[in-house]
Amino acid sequence: MPMAAQPISRGRRRALATGAGLAASLVVRPAAAAEDLAAAVAAFTAGAQTRAGKVTFDVPALVENGNAVPVTVTVDSPMTANDRVAMVAIFNEKNPERGVAQFAFGPRAGRASVSTHIRLAASQKLAAVARMSDGTHWAAYVDVVVTLAACVDGDPV
Amino acid sequence: MTRAATVLVVACVALAGAADGAADGRRTGFDDLSPATQAMQRDDAQNPGMLWVAEGEALWKRKDGTRDLSCASCHGDVAAAMRGVAARYPAFDPTLGHPVDLGQRIEQCRRERQGAPPRSTESAELVALETYVAHQSRGLPIAPPSDPRLAPFVDRGRTLWRQRIGQLDLACAQCHDDNPGRRVGGSVIPQGHPTGYPIYRLEWQSAGTLQRRLRACMSGVRAEPYPYGAPELVDLEAYLAQRAAGLAIDTPAVRP
Amino acid sequence: MARALIKVPPSARRGEVIEIRALIAHPMETGYRLDATGRPLPRDILRRFSCRYNGELVVGAELHPAVAANPYFAFSAIATESGTLTFTWEGDNGFAQTETVLLAVT
Repeated sequence: MPMAAQPISRGRRRALATGAGLAASLVVRPAAAAEDLAAAVAAFTAGAQTRAGKVTFDVPALVENGNAVPVTVTVDSPMTANDRVAMVAIFNEKNPERGVAQFAFGPRAGRASVSTHIRLAASQKLAAVARMSDGTHWAAYVDVVVTLAACVDGDPV
Repeated sequence: MTRAATVLVVACVALAGAADGAADGRRTGFDDLSPATQAMQRDDAQNPGMLWVAEGEALWKRKDGTRDLSCASCHGDVAAAMRGVAARYPAFDPTLGHPVDLGQRIEQCRRERQGAPPRSTESAELVALETYVAHQSRGLPIAPPSDPRLAPFVDRGRTLWRQRIGQLDLACAQCHDDNPGRRVGGSVIPQGHPTGYPIYRLEWQSAGTLQRRLRACMSGVRAEPYPYGAPELVDLEAYLAQRAAGLAIDTPAVRP
Repeated sequence: MARALIKVPPSARRGEVIEIRALIAHPMETGYRLDATGRPLPRDILRRFSCRYNGELVVGAELHPAVAANPYFAFSAIATESGTLTFTWEGDNGFAQTETVLLAVT
């Protein structure tokens, strides 16, 4: 569930307030980013609620470098003419843009599964949303921790 | 506990669940990777370094230079001609009187035998050719030549490896001999065995040579990196090959 | 022409699900990276990818800068009849590339 949906408890607010200016920036940014993720998902579903289930979003829990993260989205679907996955869309929370990629499964598609490598600018939440042929939407959310490479070049080459 | 045993314990503790290293306690960069990145390297359909192998294959066959020759014109089939070659570089060049690494050897061959223009060993073309040639030795153990002429350069490489440099005043040995398996800036410190060069480095989003990686490490300790082709870099490569002798080549490796 | 690597089984039995993997060399420059003087490097990414089997869509993709450099896609198709798999990539600065692979179905 998006972080913005949960209210901040009084105890937590007090603890954060002692951090003064730093606390303010810590509170505001994640909430705004989470709302953007929810908004991006809502735009894809045209406002419809997503349901939990059917979607398996395979992302490594810990990533050594955010430049290429292997991910796989698999949807539980018989992929018959009348009962299939129409599209899968991947969204992120903290990159400069929310959208990552959208995949359409055509009539020649096999299993409802696609793998790719994506970029992650920071540790964050990701969403994989499937639109089924009956119009329903199903979503899976994962949290990824991204570490960065040590020893970065001074020059591009 | 002895240092070697301490290193082994630290490495095992820090990397619970990762693949085992060599029986003598040496671990390659592959052993230190997360399972997801290991899978990326192992799968030739997914390993971005294989794009450089494919590019190198095309260049191997392409006629070039004033002599209008391809690598294949003289060397024929790459697997037959180049298998085992990367395993014994850097090698001593008697004409030059010092060792050269594989990239330098390829560049020299192109310039002198094909009549091709001089190119940086880090140019896209040379990196692709080097990746293609080194890939022919995948699976073979690193086998530095037992050439006595190499010895003074290996010694100089060892001295450089142990010399503190840069604003951070760190020697390569302090991270890679004394603290492998620990983390710096969130990344695992590898032992630093160059088994997979040229590598596809995720940080570069591109393939690059060991010289590029050494220069990046020098920047990392805020030292002025030696320029490409500097004798110090080749001396370090010669020392690292000795240090990694027996470990299997896995070019093109994927590294963070 | 960018270097592309495509892995498709050379042959398949009718009704078999076949794995398809496609990798292409492309920097996928996001437009958010800065050069040495602090100016953004212009965006240069692939925008669309598709795989068609005898002209019919297997998988189509719309891509954002968050797709990694040297884009990789793995998916599957059902082998029905022999024919041609056509892979197309389109992107910024007029990038357009097509590769075809033959599939024998018995």
